[in-house]
Amino acid sequence: MTVYALQRLLGLVPVLFGISVVIFLTMKLIPGDVARALLGPMATDQSLAQLRHALGLDEAIYVQYGKWLWRALHGDLGLSPIVHKPVVELLVPKFGNTLILAGASFGLAVVGGVTVGLLAAARPQTVVDRTAMGVSLVVGNMPPFWLGLVLIVFFAINLRWLPSLGMYSSRGPGGLEDLLLHLIMPAVATAAAPGAIIARMTRASLLEILGQDYIKVARSKGLSERAVLWLHALRVAWPPILTISGLQLGYLLGGAVFTEEVFGWPGLGRQLVSSVIARDVQVVQGAALFIAVMFVLVNLMVDLLNLYLDPRARPA
Amino acid sequence: MSTATLAVETEAPRPRRGSRALAQFVRVFCRDRQAVLGLVIIAITGGAALAAPLISPWDPLSSAGVERLAPIGTPGHMLGTDEQGRDILSRLIWGGRASLMVGILPTVTAGLVALFLGLLAGDLGGLVDHVIMRALDVFFAFPLVLLAIAIVGVIGPGMNNQMFALTVVLVPYSTRVVRTATLSVKHLDFVEAARALGASRRRLIGRHLLPNVLPPLLVYTSTLVGMMIVASAGLSFLGLGVQPPTPDWGVMVGNGRLVLYRAAHVATIPGIVIVVAALAFNFVGDGLREALDPRARR
Repeated sequence: MTVYALQRLLGLVPVLFGISVVIFLTMKLIPGDVARALLGPMATDQSLAQLRHALGLDEAIYVQYGKWLWRALHGDLGLSPIVHKPVVELLVPKFGNTLILAGASFGLAVVGGVTVGLLAAARPQTVVDRTAMGVSLVVGNMPPFWLGLVLIVFFAINLRWLPSLGMYSSRGPGGLEDLLLHLIMPAVATAAAPGAIIARMTRASLLEILGQDYIKVARSKGLSERAVLWLHALRVAWPPILTISGLQLGYLLGGAVFTEEVFGWPGLGRQLVSSVIARDVQVVQGAALFIAVMFVLVNLMVDLLNLYLDPRARPA
Repeated sequence: MSTATLAVETEAPRPRRGSRALAQFVRVFCRDRQAVLGLVIIAITGGAALAAPLISPWDPLSSAGVERLAPIGTPGHMLGTDEQGRDILSRLIWGGRASLMVGILPTVTAGLVALFLGLLAGDLGGLVDHVIMRALDVFFAFPLVLLAIAIVGVIGPGMNNQMFALTVVLVPYSTRVVRTATLSVKHLDFVEAARALGASRRRLIGRHLLPNVLPPLLVYTSTLVGMMIVASAGLSFLGLGVQPPTPDWGVMVGNGRLVLYRAAHVATIPGIVIVVAALAFNFVGDGLREALDPRARR
């Protein structure tokens, strides 16, 4: 297991290398001159040449890539020409905020999805099952930005229960309670679609297991349905549920972009969108690198957790 | 005339194998009520979008001459008006053109590119397979929507760039499906037999691999369309896709968001249309899977 984990970790090196090449080359394809963007339209040819030399833009592309990668590995992603701040300094706090939203949404999606899937699988082909699956089908197709707006209409505008914008109230007390109140709606909007998929997967995988012989044996021994479901079926159903939950993380990070925008959540996704609109290439490059590395690492963690939970998946 | 000859003459001509398969496909598909419902919804939405100049009650781009943010049920404006006094129903009908196109076109284009790459990788194998698949693997390291946003960031916002970005992000997923299908078929006996009989690579691909690779790709593509309608609406909502004033469901939700506190229906109605359209494509995708894949039949 440890050897396999190390092998997987080493296997990440070419993937991360590929990611860095793609991001670097894509950003090089952008039409326009970085030096001119930094110095403005009134810059002289001499000053432009000096800046290009200072930035290393007159060097061969592979040299530029090597230097960029070296700096990136040392935590330097360059300077934003729009907001005049180091990219890392700009992204790290946003990354933390996205982690809060993504973590809460992931927890909500897994707990909600597994609970609904369990309820449906425990009473297959009943009203409970049909309602749960019907709702999860509709929710699974809801755009997160639209669901976010609907939640705002109900809970912020009509009922006035929850705040609709930001992470903290501008005049409020701040602190954990304020943060949690602001987190509820964005987390629900982000978690809804992945949660619906987890619910359907949980139901399908539990129903498959509930038809197996060892479950029949457990039932014939006189075990209660609850014990059969919780102690025997769910334990075996975990690995596929976990795998599908891990796969939802990508969707969740994508969905978080929209909910961050709708709820004014100051996260990485919102920063990415505003940088895209402002054509701030340095920040787009940095944010893409951040997100890709995070995504790859999370997928690795899910795979390893899966191996830990399911001995059948371990290599011989 | 012998009775035997008479029997042959009066016997109805046997349907060809292809038409029998088509008849069975239609029968299985039509048995699935959800799939038929999905098809009806797609026909209504797509038909309305195509016939927009004929059936749209008002001009989608100019004010309908009533007050702004008119509520649902206003006489002459069944679904009310938006922040500029434009008829919401008319914009929904016209918006179907852009919204459905940016959902369908990238999926189909990506499917065609994937068909080429997947067949190439699966059939040739070796270095070609390795290079294609490892190059595409890099794309799996990015969440789909975020990659599309980053690509739009590089090439600039707009409907064409949005479709290009969505095509690029879908190619790796569809290629994987085609490659897997190719690998599962290429070593089957009937393909080996054709190869042993001296069939050219072109014939092998055209007559034997392609017909077996197309059904899984078609099923996969049909389920992707619903997802792409939601994703493309999202890009337009963020201002990175279809640009106002062109009517588009995502743009409508985005504009409606600005007047959410005064008239919630401006943002919520287009959202309902997006959900229904995405559901319809998913229903059809499920129906196609059942009709094309015998293993998926209930």
